Amino acid sequence: MSQYIALDYWDIAAAASLILINAGLSVAFRLGLEKRLIIAAARMVIQLTLVGLVLKALFAAASPWLTILVALIMVAFAGRESIARQDRSFTGLWSYGIGTSSMCVAALIVTLFAVTTQFETRSWFDPRYAIPLLGMILGNTMNGVSLCLDRLLATAHAQRTAIEARLALGADARTALASVSRQAMRAGMIPTVNAMAATGLVSLPGMMTGQILAGVAPVDAVKYQILVMFLIGGGTALGVFAAIQLGMRRLMDRRHRLRLDRLQAKT
Amino acid sequence: MEAGECIAVSGTSGSGKSLFLRALADLDPNDGDIRLNGQSRNAMPAPNWRRQVVYVPAESGWWADDVGAHFPDRDAAVGFLKRLEVPMDCFDWPVARLSTGERQRLALVRAMILSPRVMLLDEPTSGLDPDTTLRVEAVLHEILANGSAMIIVSHDREQAKRLGHRRFQITGGALCEMNAEGTA
Repeated sequence: MSQYIALDYWDIAAAASLILINAGLSVAFRLGLEKRLIIAAARMVIQLTLVGLVLKALFAAASPWLTILVALIMVAFAGRESIARQDRSFTGLWSYGIGTSSMCVAALIVTLFAVTTQFETRSWFDPRYAIPLLGMILGNTMNGVSLCLDRLLATAHAQRTAIEARLALGADARTALASVSRQAMRAGMIPTVNAMAATGLVSLPGMMTGQILAGVAPVDAVKYQILVMFLIGGGTALGVFAAIQLGMRRLMDRRHRLRLDRLQAKT
Repeated sequence: MEAGECIAVSGTSGSGKSLFLRALADLDPNDGDIRLNGQSRNAMPAPNWRRQVVYVPAESGWWADDVGAHFPDRDAAVGFLKRLEVPMDCFDWPVARLSTGERQRLALVRAMILSPRVMLLDEPTSGLDPDTTLRVEAVLHEILANGSAMIIVSHDREQAKRLGHRRFQITGGALCEMNAEGTA
């Protein structure tokens, strides 16, 4: 890393004044957003400051157990967030279990793959690499998994007569759900494909921009970004695949029946 | 139940006639076991059971856009289409173009070409005019004569008399056989 300009608190305070424009708009047009705006801004500052402190301690400790613990906490939060995005979910712990376990497996496998092969670090658990990579992979895998499960359950619910028509004619569970699961997997993977296609033209990815601001040569930053995009693609695909397998298994039972009684609409 | 026998089931709306058929086809979780020619349902994979004991619901389901995609064996279907007066070129149509009655007849044909041992029919002619209803019944009679058995849910007393060798009524969750006068 070459030189970068460290920000002092006055720089941040100056930027915070831009939020006053939002507040001013809200007051002037009676949008009623000013309270939520202030709370959201405060939350962002507090959460990010805490994360900064946690990462500082984590980097200093460089302990495999602490790294794993932080990784698992991240996965747990991602699991909760993904349920919140689904209109229909499995009843009981299945909802949390299926989403979280598929994300967990996919993101951890891809992160481990990256830190053991592409980053010649001192050790696989070096948190300076493992945690930011996991964060990026997990965030995108979470999107894919929750979109995929949301679509799977919504479509299965909407197309009940069509699915049961196939079952009644002797199709097995997999055949009866074939088109539903295909749609759900597409829904989970398309955002990643679109992001790859649009990147660099429509948007400059945040990670790459951050590296450039930190003084990394653009070509090196681009290489990092390409690598990360591939990791994200792999993580999303693995996560979507795991989610669809587990989801289909829960949606049908051993007697190849469609079990919509195992679903609940969001309350 | 004997081969070639038809049982007609009636009952008020919501009395559980459809649930009864769904349970026989093993589409809903249920207790108990049934045997087909001595073979236990619970001992065979559910898809095998459902290919032999085919349930045709009152509301037919369509899983592809085109009618033809629902008929892997078109040649087997052609004879039935002719007799039930469904247009022969309907395989090239989108499902959305089918009328209610056409859907109902095609759903029957879809089940018939599997040559099931037992057919579970839920109001198979509810959307059809009297002439077409009789055409469907003629085909059903023929299937019975070939040795398949049938359980038919119908609101139409006359149809139950025409097709059913025995008639049952569902009241209060129980199945009761009716005598010749049609009373339980």
